[in-house]
Amino acid sequence: MDKEQIDKIVAKYHGEPSALIQILLDIQSENRWLPGEALQMVAEALDVPLTRIQHIATFYKAFSLVPKGRHEIHICMGTACHVRGASRVLDTVEGHTGIKPGETDLDMKFSLETVNCLGCCALGPVIEIDGKPHGRMAPAKALEVLKNYE
Amino acid sequence: MSEILFTIDAKEVKATEGMTVLEAAKSIGVFIPTLCHHEKLEPYGACRICMVEVETGGRTRIVASCLYPVEPNLVVRTRSQTIDKIRRVLIEEMLAHAPDSVQLDELAKEYGADRDRFEKEPSFCIHCGLCVRYCAEIKKKNALGFIDRGARREISFIPKLAAEECWNCKECFELCPTSALQAAYVLAQALSPV
Repeated sequence: MDKEQIDKIVAKYHGEPSALIQILLDIQSENRWLPGEALQMVAEALDVPLTRIQHIATFYKAFSLVPKGRHEIHICMGTACHVRGASRVLDTVEGHTGIKPGETDLDMKFSLETVNCLGCCALGPVIEIDGKPHGRMAPAKALEVLKNYE
Repeated sequence: MSEILFTIDAKEVKATEGMTVLEAAKSIGVFIPTLCHHEKLEPYGACRICMVEVETGGRTRIVASCLYPVEPNLVVRTRSQTIDKIRRVLIEEMLAHAPDSVQLDELAKEYGADRDRFEKEPSFCIHCGLCVRYCAEIKKKNALGFIDRGARREISFIPKLAAEECWNCKECFELCPTSALQAAYVLAQALSPV
């Protein structure tokens, strides 16, 4: 993330300190995570103390202060998915990618998270990859889906 | 500024509009315990130790006196069974986090708090925010702030700023009712690039 990209995002919001969260979200969606230097640059550009940015960036789960992989896997662990075997799907995905929830693999290919409900219980067990839901998962089917991502 | 007349613990008080109940109580020498209050800082209402009963129009409510503005004909009670119980439980909860705090120890004696009621989980910080607010409001350096939320919330120095600013200031150290702040500072020093 270089200074130019950040300046562009900050300029989009006219350097308005009240747009801080929106700016962080934009950086996050472009870069997949928030590097410390980026936060420092935002602090200077908006004239907002770094402590406040740190507070906000650690408060919301939408922000990540550690690098994320190219593809984000969200496995639903909500009640409906759980009773239909989400934990077996999770085990398989963990085995295939070699990472546990909250982690990113060394090739920066996948990041894994568990979530509590994706709001489409009828499709359970659901996994969501880069925002695209895949319903009616089974361990073998989940592996098939993962193969489509590079 | 108009004058406002009301009573605290059956004593008549004259206060000016915009004052808080806590300030008014101080002005007539009625003591209300506080942990997160500081005269030079904006009221924060984090510790809730300053809770009092206020009666308006026949209804009694429990409010934080450091935030509650004075009103005409208010009846304030700073000690009662309810208030003492609230304070006692708050102290017991905070003691689980900061068992060695001198201030909490004194309050525990006063309110008969059981220091072993809750399982100890010494994070040493009671989230009074005195250090964070002092640095932001008085020193305007913002060298430390809160991170994370809920049960995982804690104070954290920015290592770079701490290395530049804090060594010669340390004014927040004596504000801390526990020893969490100094521990956080030592940690920041270990992480600082200098």
